[in-house]
Amino acid sequence: MTDSVAAPEPVIEVRDLTVHFPVRKGFIGRTVGHVRAVDGVDLAIRPGETLGLVGESGCGKTTLGRSIARILKPTGGEVRYRGPDGTVTDLATLGERALKPFQRQIRVVFQDPFSSLNPRMTLLQIVGEPLRANGIASGSELEHRVAEMLERVGLSPKYMNRYPHAFSGGERQRVNIARALILGPRVVIADEPVSALDVSVRAQILNLLRDLQEELKLTYLFVSHDLSVVENICDRVAVMYLGKIVEVADTAELYSSPRHPYTEALLSAVPRPDPRLRGAGRRIRLADDLPDPANPPPGCYFHTRCPYAVPGVCDIDGHGPVLTGTGPQHDAACLRTSELDLVGVASEPA
Amino acid sequence: MPREDPLLEISDLRTHFFTREGTVRAVDGVSLTVPRGKTVCVVGESGCGKSVTARSVLGLVDEPGRIVSGEIWWRRRGQEPVNLAQLGPRSEEMRRVRGGEISMVFQEPMASLSPMYTIGDQLVEAIRMHLPLTQEQARERATDLLRRAGIPRAEERLDAYSFQLSGGMCQRVMIAIALAADPALLIADEPTTALDVTTQARIIDLLRDLQAETGMSVLFITHDLGVVAEIADEVVVMYLGTVVERGGVDEIFHDPKHPYTNALLGSIPRMGAGAGRRLATIRGNVPHPSDRPAGCPFHPRCDAAIGGVCDVSDPPHIVFGEARSVRCVLHDDVHRSSAAEVRA
Repeated sequence: MTDSVAAPEPVIEVRDLTVHFPVRKGFIGRTVGHVRAVDGVDLAIRPGETLGLVGESGCGKTTLGRSIARILKPTGGEVRYRGPDGTVTDLATLGERALKPFQRQIRVVFQDPFSSLNPRMTLLQIVGEPLRANGIASGSELEHRVAEMLERVGLSPKYMNRYPHAFSGGERQRVNIARALILGPRVVIADEPVSALDVSVRAQILNLLRDLQEELKLTYLFVSHDLSVVENICDRVAVMYLGKIVEVADTAELYSSPRHPYTEALLSAVPRPDPRLRGAGRRIRLADDLPDPANPPPGCYFHTRCPYAVPGVCDIDGHGPVLTGTGPQHDAACLRTSELDLVGVASEPA
Repeated sequence: MPREDPLLEISDLRTHFFTREGTVRAVDGVSLTVPRGKTVCVVGESGCGKSVTARSVLGLVDEPGRIVSGEIWWRRRGQEPVNLAQLGPRSEEMRRVRGGEISMVFQEPMASLSPMYTIGDQLVEAIRMHLPLTQEQARERATDLLRRAGIPRAEERLDAYSFQLSGGMCQRVMIAIALAADPALLIADEPTTALDVTTQARIIDLLRDLQAETGMSVLFITHDLGVVAEIADEVVVMYLGTVVERGGVDEIFHDPKHPYTNALLGSIPRMGAGAGRRLATIRGNVPHPSDRPAGCPFHPRCDAAIGGVCDVSDPPHIVFGEARSVRCVLHDDVHRSSAAEVRA
């Protein structure tokens, strides 16, 4: 990585992280291969920032988020977490007991507000559960802290004894956020937090996340497939393809001058909410089929769909691109990046 | 110049669901038209009745729902118009229209295809249901349809099962099935919502190309204003079972009349407009259709609402032109003097 000296020490530094899922076949469940969901990822999350993680479904972005939060145990590599006192711990290898104090500092907000809340628990039980499970508070103290947290996310504490079914999608997502924040975490992994919400409610939740970040000094990893939402809320963006990070840069830089063909293609595919922009800009259309992550193509993983791929350059086994600096704070993993003139999103006249 | 008779004309449609907890007025007085050869987008949030409207056209409303009143005029060229609202869902006539003259593509392509039959079986069944073809001829047509839907190696794919294909490929198969009998109208209910942006862009291109090629009309249902801007000729904005605004796509995006349309456009992030900007929001939540506010359904969330007017009486239906109308008291001459200017 080409982090300049000015960049603060990252709160989380992922080094060469891999998560492989075995593919089993037959009666005895013999392992016949591995799906490389996360395949050698290096990524730094700086304190106080919102880092976007984008890519198509199946690219491994959710798996990466979950292994940073250690919901999943990575197959290899390091997840280096810098505590408030500056001590660095590798979370990737810790056992369950040693992990517990760190799991209070890294929390997750899940995507679907309808399936991620237990319908048989009241809001008090749902939001208070982490406090109880960690032996931090109980009884009236717990109730008090839950009330405070509900208020903070914009819900009235008088609803505390109701069940999730009585609430709309937006309100449930507020409950989800309250549950994630009740332990006072430093890092929040938000996995598609607004994808299931209505347009008019989505803006409310995005603004809430922004306010909470400011008040509570949070660091976000914002996992999403929606590039317009990511542009709105993220300071930096990492683009993921088939288990690898292919480009990382500041949001404005990445959107205006992408250095990886995949990023360019993603940006050009986003429908712009203005009929006058119809047909404007470069139209790049990728083939529908994502290669099988259990059997990735040789060389650059993207060459099978890349409009700029050159046979004999991009498809040589063992000579895939690595993430290298292409500009200040801008890394891309493309063998031809210096030869290409890629187009980003032009600014819209206000 | 008066417009030609529209292909589909829905007027004052009401589809209610009679549940144990009470009547849910899912569609409550919807009027819209689909001109020949055009794409009309119905846009709205969950619970606005956009899907139920589409399903009412094809008699696909599930129990305990039914069409209570209103008319759905289907005007084929050179034939007597038919009121689809009057046809029984299982009648001979409706079965000929459904899938033959009007076909539908649904949101979840994986769930819409049967995993028990090959793609070819399902296509051939749809073709032979509506066209007098032999098994061989139908199979030939099936290959041709798959090719037109942009599926590579179409012959081989006929023998594939839905679970062997990606989501985008399944949606192409669904579109091929929908085109089986050369329909005059294609209803697409959120066809790209479950897909990635890259796939979505290609499916939208495909629908646009197919429309140019066949001249069919498309009724496109979506909640995504970006998709609307890409594909629509005309736009119908719905909120809680009613149409709040209708207009050409450019009018809706650049001259919205209804406060809801305006607020909706303000609350979406626009790429290139600069990151980190706070989004305008619409306060509160979309109410459940079973507990709809009195008067204008949008008044509790509307910044321009006038107390004593918007919360009491139904908003007037103001017609500006053939396909341009709004349901809001702010555009009524009687109230204009007392109303604040809403245009931002």
